[in-house]
Amino acid sequence: MPTLASLLCGYIFGLGLLISGMVQPAKVLGFLDIFAARSGGWDPSLAVVMAVAVAVTSIGYALERYRKPLFDTPSHWPTATAIDGPLIAGAVLFGIGWGLVGLCPGPALENLATLSPGVIVFIIAMAIGMAAYNLWQSRAAAPVERDLASAPAADG
Amino acid sequence: MANFTPVSAAIGGALIGLSAVLLMLFDGRIAGISGILGGLLNPQTKDRAWRAAFVVGLIAAPVAAALAGYAVPVPQMPKSFITIAVAGLLVGFGTRLGSGCTSGHGICGIARRSPRSITATAIFMVTAIIVVALMRHVVGG
Repeated sequence: MPTLASLLCGYIFGLGLLISGMVQPAKVLGFLDIFAARSGGWDPSLAVVMAVAVAVTSIGYALERYRKPLFDTPSHWPTATAIDGPLIAGAVLFGIGWGLVGLCPGPALENLATLSPGVIVFIIAMAIGMAAYNLWQSRAAAPVERDLASAPAADG
Repeated sequence: MANFTPVSAAIGGALIGLSAVLLMLFDGRIAGISGILGGLLNPQTKDRAWRAAFVVGLIAAPVAAALAGYAVPVPQMPKSFITIAVAGLLVGFGTRLGSGCTSGHGICGIARRSPRSITATAIFMVTAIIVVALMRHVVGG
């Protein structure tokens, strides 16, 4: 059941990215190019997508916060609170990559369905980047702490 | 604002929000794509099934839409595979180092009112805006 539920959620997420147009990197770049506003070419659609998604999620999360998940226990609600170096450095690196192409992980994965050669190259590089991080983390952790290092990311 | 599509953006955003709410309701998980995929690529991860299922669902959406006759857009990518590969590496490593991306921090994290996620989202948004400004109006201008 938890697997089936996750499949459904992935499908709804993909439908949302598709309908909103966020699968198209050119549309994302059209939002990030805020200086195009001078010529009337700015596309604020991404801000609307995020605002509505955050609003819906906020309401849902407020109702769910202290409930047990239907198909899994316990809840995996994130616990990290520190605004630290890795958070900031990671956000900067991600921002550079996102600005270069206009793809973030969700739309990139979804676009695999188009079999576009550029998307396939992007996904391979992204997977290598993620695997490199995992390797670096497991090397950095002392042997005794290695099992703890496999804990899932704090924020999702 | 000739390209602005507020209605489809709002409908799509509502579906993304619904997905995040349902994943928390059913599985108690944050709908963060980089976390889901990063965990799948980690040999030490034990909970692979729900992660793989989410990715399959994500890719199935445009396939089903195409079968139903919907014109799925062809993604416009840079010509240079080197640019694409560098961007992919940065997105992969950066989202793992920073514990999240547009979905995990930008949507779920802000909905949780997490100061970490609000900070991360502000940083990657501003960084991406600067990169696009440099590429389109300084280098490419």
